[in-house]
Amino acid sequence: MELAAKRFADTVALFPVGRIDHATADAFKAALAPHLAGVAAGGDRAVIDLAGVEYISSVGLRVLMLASKQVKAQGGALAVADLQPVVREIFEISRFNLVLEVFPTLREALGKLSPAALAAFESA
Amino acid sequence: MLVRFWGTRGSIPVAMTSAEVQHKLVAALVAAAGRGLDTAGKARAFVENELEFSVSHTFGGNSSCVQLETDGPDHVLCDLGSGVRAFGNALLATRGPSGHRFHVFMSHLHWDHIMGFPFFMPAYLPGNHVTIYGCHDTLEEAFRRQNRAPSFPVDFSRMEARIEFVRLEPERSYDIAGLRVRAKLQRHGGGSYGYRIEQRGRVVVYSTDSEHKQDDPEEVKAFVEFFRDADLVIFDAQYSLADAISVKEDWGHSSNVVGVEMCQLARARRLCLFHHEPIFDDERIARLLAETRRLEEITRTDHRVEVWAAYDGLEIAL
Repeated sequence: MELAAKRFADTVALFPVGRIDHATADAFKAALAPHLAGVAAGGDRAVIDLAGVEYISSVGLRVLMLASKQVKAQGGALAVADLQPVVREIFEISRFNLVLEVFPTLREALGKLSPAALAAFESA
Repeated sequence: MLVRFWGTRGSIPVAMTSAEVQHKLVAALVAAAGRGLDTAGKARAFVENELEFSVSHTFGGNSSCVQLETDGPDHVLCDLGSGVRAFGNALLATRGPSGHRFHVFMSHLHWDHIMGFPFFMPAYLPGNHVTIYGCHDTLEEAFRRQNRAPSFPVDFSRMEARIEFVRLEPERSYDIAGLRVRAKLQRHGGGSYGYRIEQRGRVVVYSTDSEHKQDDPEEVKAFVEFFRDADLVIFDAQYSLADAISVKEDWGHSSNVVGVEMCQLARARRLCLFHHEPIFDDERIARLLAETRRLEEITRTDHRVEVWAAYDGLEIAL
């Protein structure tokens, strides 16, 4: 799965594209893994920008849940941002909006996670 | 085939509180203001046609019991939760005390699925015949144990109907009461079994107390095949997806989201949300139903799944 990454100071923004479902969830998980290793206390923070994701199934949401658990265990911070309307509804119906930090935009997510990342985003 | 729900609540039976009844009455009276409902007929029509379901009805509080009314003479049930008490009483009132033949398919032996049997009056009456089918090796012991001291004052031996226990093997098809029946092991504490039940081309899948962790593609595929082309899938939707894979992981239940996805993959015709969370009131279950219908709509491709929420008294004709 295509997963572009962009660094803003101490925060990595990740940009998956397409559908995250039974067919692609494993690839999404594999693509995510190397970026999560460094998301820890004193290390990076991460934002998954879902603007390019048109659909996410329960299996895809499970990947996000596992990522969140891993990052929490490492003392790091993870947020998701910029959900398309359908994906936002799926988050609300599945109650994932209550267990993950969800922001309307990447900018707002960066602002919450790290002032340095927001400054880097603004100057980019 | 007609599917009739006698008990739809998960984990423990519940009853509406006085406050909840009053809340419904207030909502109904406000909605009726100025409508001139001065006869019982007008009031009934208003209640049936204009009030929201969560105001005019209740989803009910009995634990799991579902009747499959076939074109044969025998009575077929799935599980013996507290709902079977109402079924038994209704049957005695309308069809007489004896001469009844019952076939019951047990998902598992947790208390909410067996607790209705000590209150199933036809089991105490001679001339009736009850066969209880299940895959657990403790099937008979579980029923005998709950029908004796210190759990219950009337011993199992006082039940005068003929009562038999029949062990089924999962993944094997049986012909029982004119039905083709196959059980499938599900993830739940101590194991539970779903049933795929077919008659004359109509298919019902009874799949409650089943956690779908979705960490094994082969397991997902096997359940999709179990649900394949079903006319009705009765599905454990007790938790939200977020709860089911976080704080309530390994508690043995599933969600509306997974129910929709699996029925879409299996091209099932209807999904019925079942085993409702006991802390949910009627408004909350109605909202769950509306959200699930919306989810089905926004994720639909070329196949529509009709979404229902089970309630005590619901009938679905297949």
